[in-house]
Amino acid sequence: MADLIMKDVAKAYGEVKVLSNINLDIKQGELIVFVGPSGCGKSTLLRMVAGLESITSGTLSIDGRVVNEVPPAQRGIAMVFQSYALYPHMTVRDNMAFALKIARKSQDEINAAVENAARILQLTPYLDRLPKALSGGQRQRVAIGRAIVRDPKVYLFDEPLSNLDAALRVATRIEIAQLKENMPDSTMIYVTHDQVEAMTLASRIVVLAGGGISQVGTPLDLYERPENEFVAQFIGSPAMNLLPGEIVETGPETVVRLSVGGLVRTAVPTRDSDKGLKVNVGARPEDMVPTEADEHLFEGTVGITEALGEVTLLYFDKKGEAAQVIAKLPGIHAGLRHKTLRLAADPKKIHLFSNGRSLLYR
Amino acid sequence: MLGLGGRKSPLVWVMHLSVLLLVVLWTLPTAGLFITSLRTADQISVSGWWTALSSAERNAITRTPDGSAETQVGDRYVIAGNVLKNGGEVVAFGRSSLKPTQFKPGEVADLGDGITLSVKADGSYELSGPTKLEGGQRIFYTARTPPAFTLGNYAHVLSANGMLRAFMNSLTVAVPATVIPILIAAYAAFALAWMPFPGRSLLIAIIVGLLVVPLQMSLIPILTLYNDIGKATAVDAHGVIGTLMHYSGLGQMSDDGTQIGLNPKSYLGVWLAHTGFGLPLAIFLLRNYMVGLPREIIESARVDGATDFQIFTRIVLPLSFPALASFAIFQFLWTWNDLLVATVFLSHQQDSLVMTGKLKDLLGSHGGDWEILAASAFISISVPLLVFFALQKYLVRGLLAGSVK
Ligand SMILES: Nc1ncnc2c1ncn2[C@@H]1O[C@H](COP(=O)(O)OP(=O)(O)OP(=O)(O)O)[C@@H](O)[C@H]1O
Ligand SMILES: [Mg+2]
Repeated sequence: MADLIMKDVAKAYGEVKVLSNINLDIKQGELIVFVGPSGCGKSTLLRMVAGLESITSGTLSIDGRVVNEVPPAQRGIAMVFQSYALYPHMTVRDNMAFALKIARKSQDEINAAVENAARILQLTPYLDRLPKALSGGQRQRVAIGRAIVRDPKVYLFDEPLSNLDAALRVATRIEIAQLKENMPDSTMIYVTHDQVEAMTLASRIVVLAGGGISQVGTPLDLYERPENEFVAQFIGSPAMNLLPGEIVETGPETVVRLSVGGLVRTAVPTRDSDKGLKVNVGARPEDMVPTEADEHLFEGTVGITEALGEVTLLYFDKKGEAAQVIAKLPGIHAGLRHKTLRLAADPKKIHLFSNGRSLLYR
Repeated sequence: MLGLGGRKSPLVWVMHLSVLLLVVLWTLPTAGLFITSLRTADQISVSGWWTALSSAERNAITRTPDGSAETQVGDRYVIAGNVLKNGGEVVAFGRSSLKPTQFKPGEVADLGDGITLSVKADGSYELSGPTKLEGGQRIFYTARTPPAFTLGNYAHVLSANGMLRAFMNSLTVAVPATVIPILIAAYAAFALAWMPFPGRSLLIAIIVGLLVVPLQMSLIPILTLYNDIGKATAVDAHGVIGTLMHYSGLGQMSDDGTQIGLNPKSYLGVWLAHTGFGLPLAIFLLRNYMVGLPREIIESARVDGATDFQIFTRIVLPLSFPALASFAIFQFLWTWNDLLVATVFLSHQQDSLVMTGKLKDLLGSHGGDWEILAASAFISISVPLLVFFALQKYLVRGLLAGSVK
């Protein structure tokens, strides 16, 4: 019903092209998360959906209706801003009722909607307070409440949690997840910087980079089968290690000789013609395991270690031109500093990239 | 700001002292003016206001009446009287200008030839001699008068002919001349701040440019324009416009009932002039304030379905109270104290004379009477002060608190 379709959507500020070639098909009830580096145009895209920013070219349709020229209020959307953007001179009740009053709903209807939203968000005791008398988390809930009372087809969130402290962020994130659970039919688009938010909340993640969509997929899709080096490194923390090498053996399993020494076997299938192809081998820090065997991915001296208790991060000394290699070992490992260590990884968890693109997608 | 051990650091003391100094520096002249306004002309001419709270001593001379006023008491001829006319007490007296404080009150001064003079503390004196007196004797005395205040100056100023009328006239000028520009400027500022349209920045630049146009430069062109309008409407004497003018009170009727045109010197003219002169600053101030409101609040209202007009009335206007109030105070002060614009655009007759003009007349006819000046200054300060205290509760910080992080 409330499908949202973007077709060749582009945005330019005068000469500056910010976004181009955005094609996206969002189904009703999905929670789509936009992630991407700062300045890649996440907010801009969201604001274009909201109607706060004009669409330079392409079409945006909600529910089968092209809404390029439709004003925000008639698009059936509600937006929650990063800075709560509450009306500071109105009580919580009036803040939530504002849109309904503008729409000339009856007083009974308004009261019912506000009470309902306040109940869902546990804001009932605060209904008659001004925003300045609320905590950050409560303010954010009021902002969400303002969206709920309008019963929109599409909810838009622009980094709603980034002003909250760490503990509150986790709590509010879970509240949003519950909210979504209770409203399975509403579509949500959620912009965030935070990977954990993206991975935990999203039905699908849209990775934006360089003015376009890098990859769209479920969180685990992006984690397990990144389409390109950007997504591979963007999803997961610390970022995936990339080591240059050359294919020496092709077939259902591929063997790559790394330029830093080491030989690695991966489950990525390759064609005969790929022999001698220069590739980047990708391995996530958490997939690296210490090994004694000859066949290893990487051998190096441990530089800095970071013990987080749950895991230990090993930063290896740089070798020549290659980027620093990081390994994440479960548990506590003391005394590894300055030791030389050999690492290997499960062939199923090794990625191959040529010219930045994964060899899985060809 | 607490130092170790809960003691205030020297810096705090310095700060408090300088605040105190500033407060004193600022209020002292006003206090002086106020005290002066409560003193009589005589007191003002003799001593400064700072002596008003303590008793004042002054030296004076008086002359006894001539011999015809004498009476005979026993074998002596006596002239009696009182040197003090306004109360107080005599603290010393003398018989020559060389020693004006030679004797204490009650003592008897020997003037030679058996003539004696005595002055009591209450001012009564007695000049007596064995033979007929010539009188006309000079008495030097020092009188001490206790602090005395009077509301006489205020009574004088307020009861002056037409003062109440002038007060009302001033209000008639200042209130609309404050309200009209605010109404117009608020709309203009909102459009210039939040409604994109072609030529917007040019318009803003022009308004900033208008800020520095001297008022005096435009007086004559505007007056000419008003006169022309007056003439133009006169032509239409029996037409619709003339009738409208008449019924709306804008025009003037001549004796035979025909319309003689729009009166170029009317309150409407002053309002328009003040509005015109006030608008650039008003728009500039308000726009700068409104532009500073968080963008998200306005976008949020837009998403909530509010039209530009609703955003203006429900969101921007309530949040702009501090700016509106400060401009209202400025504009009221300026229009209330203005003499120039009122003189140029209002006829100088009693029925449309403003307070400043009236005060000028008062001073003019008495020639620099300080007590009048002080009292009338205080009366005219009082209204802007009232306006300030009425509006100051809107001059609050933190109106936006809680809206955005
Ligand atoms: N009015 C404008 N004129 C020109 N360029 C703009 C304008 N507004 C935004 N941009 C550019 O558009 C790009 C995308 O901005 P946007 O705010 O969407 O980034 P974002 O992905 O939300 O970043 P962040 O994660 O930091 O919020 C930025 O590079 C920015 O410089
Ligand atoms: Mg953003």
